[in-house]
Amino acid sequence: MPSPLKCSLCKQPATVHLTQIVSGKVHKVDLCESCAQAKGVTDPNGFSLADLLLKASLNPGPSAAGLRCEQCGATAADFKKHGRFGCPHCYVTYAGLLAPLLENMHKGVSHTGKVPRRALERKSLYDRLTKLELDLNEAIKSERYEDAARARDEIHQVRQSITPEIRPAKR
Amino acid sequence: MKIADLLATPSELTDTASSKTAIVLMTRIRLARNLDGRSFPGRAKAVQRGQVLEVCRAAVEAAGPMKRAASATVEELSDLERQMLVERHLISRELSGSSGQAGVVINKEQTVSVMINEEDHLRLQVLRSGLQLKKAWAAIDGLDTELEERLDYAFSPTLGYLTACPTNLGTGMRASAMMHLPALVISGQMERIVRAVNQLGLVVRGLFGEGSDASGSIFQISNQTTLGESEEQILQRLGSVLNTINEHELNARAKLLETDAHKLLDKIGRAYGILQHSHLLSSSEAMNLLSLLRLGIDLGVFPAATRAIIDRLLIECQPGHLQHAAKGTFEPGQRDVLRSGLLRSEFANFAKPDFMVVGRN
Repeated sequence: MPSPLKCSLCKQPATVHLTQIVSGKVHKVDLCESCAQAKGVTDPNGFSLADLLLKASLNPGPSAAGLRCEQCGATAADFKKHGRFGCPHCYVTYAGLLAPLLENMHKGVSHTGKVPRRALERKSLYDRLTKLELDLNEAIKSERYEDAARARDEIHQVRQSITPEIRPAKR
Repeated sequence: MKIADLLATPSELTDTASSKTAIVLMTRIRLARNLDGRSFPGRAKAVQRGQVLEVCRAAVEAAGPMKRAASATVEELSDLERQMLVERHLISRELSGSSGQAGVVINKEQTVSVMINEEDHLRLQVLRSGLQLKKAWAAIDGLDTELEERLDYAFSPTLGYLTACPTNLGTGMRASAMMHLPALVISGQMERIVRAVNQLGLVVRGLFGEGSDASGSIFQISNQTTLGESEEQILQRLGSVLNTINEHELNARAKLLETDAHKLLDKIGRAYGILQHSHLLSSSEAMNLLSLLRLGIDLGVFPAATRAIIDRLLIECQPGHLQHAAKGTFEPGQRDVLRSGLLRSEFANFAKPDFMVVGRN
């Protein structure tokens, strides 16, 4: 006899088997009686399969289990528990965990909408500034004073073109 | 401007002048945005949340559309004020129950609100009465662009705007319309509609969002997915589904009149009687009765000008607004007395129904 299906959320034997077709994609979830009730599956208005699928499919594999975001310290277990990331950098840390989920969750896996142009320009200027400051230090260290002067002038220029009211957070 | 002053004036929804539309009561668009390099509110420590609140509040208050706005932290708001803001759809229940270092900025017209440290650092929202997806998008797009001048958003070229929950990733946009669909409910077609709408990647919820019931036959229909399509594509898809639902509702109304006009008119007439004479009305019953009168207005039983009164009462019947008007805190049982009192006085001078109009159509 095949082993009974287990609840995607709590591993009790599953008695509720849900199939929903969203945008032509088939989504399946198995739940035990109490999780089904708790998630309001019986109420057609108040339940979101996407949210359930997210939590159910977040069982981190052995590779992801030891991961911890270097910026905010959130672990894969935190993500599974809350269904929320800890900080923007988690999207880099957990890229592997997230990629298969996005396909089910959204229409596509890459962004085609609005882009924050000003913010991105500023970001590239910050990056440029960081590099110039490194160059300047290097040049001073190796006593290349002409290069140092050039870097210093350029730093001045870049600083002037950035007019941020808010500086980026210290990492 | 203070939140208290703002609550003393009518909202976009309670504003009598703006109530021209029948089936779509309101359009709403929200954008989720976060600051780069900082933990999301759910993970951030109190100090970090405080910094984000300060930085975001200053940027939002300085934005053009927020001139003469009211702003407050959640702690500064009384329980009643929070409840009223939820009832006006200006803050979410989550923000209302937030533990601290969270706030909201609302423009004078109560059409734009920005929540800070809700699930994401910033939740921008624009409200418009009736079906106005394009205008709402233009307004929120402009505000967002202005904020981005001052704030460094967390953004990835491939994944778009980075949000605490990956279900909001990409555009971070949730667009919704609040629809009054009494005939689809009466004729038992709503479940079928919900299923069909789900298959198109859209979601149907009750009046106050996730998990709320649909008393008053008022539903919110919104996009489910946020990544892989542009904002315009999402809005276009939503718009065409809304138009289809609109048609279905109109068809359902015509069918009800054709097959069972007496039953329908009886419901409307009884609702009118109860609103005029009852002495105990729960929030949910009041909503359902007002909904039937609203349907009566659409059918021509009552003059079109009275629709604005119903739309105002749909909000004023909510527990927060009711207690604010009565200047006190009241238990649910006492509120039912207050609610029926308010409605009795409003309906004492309401237009008389003209049921002949329907027969002649």
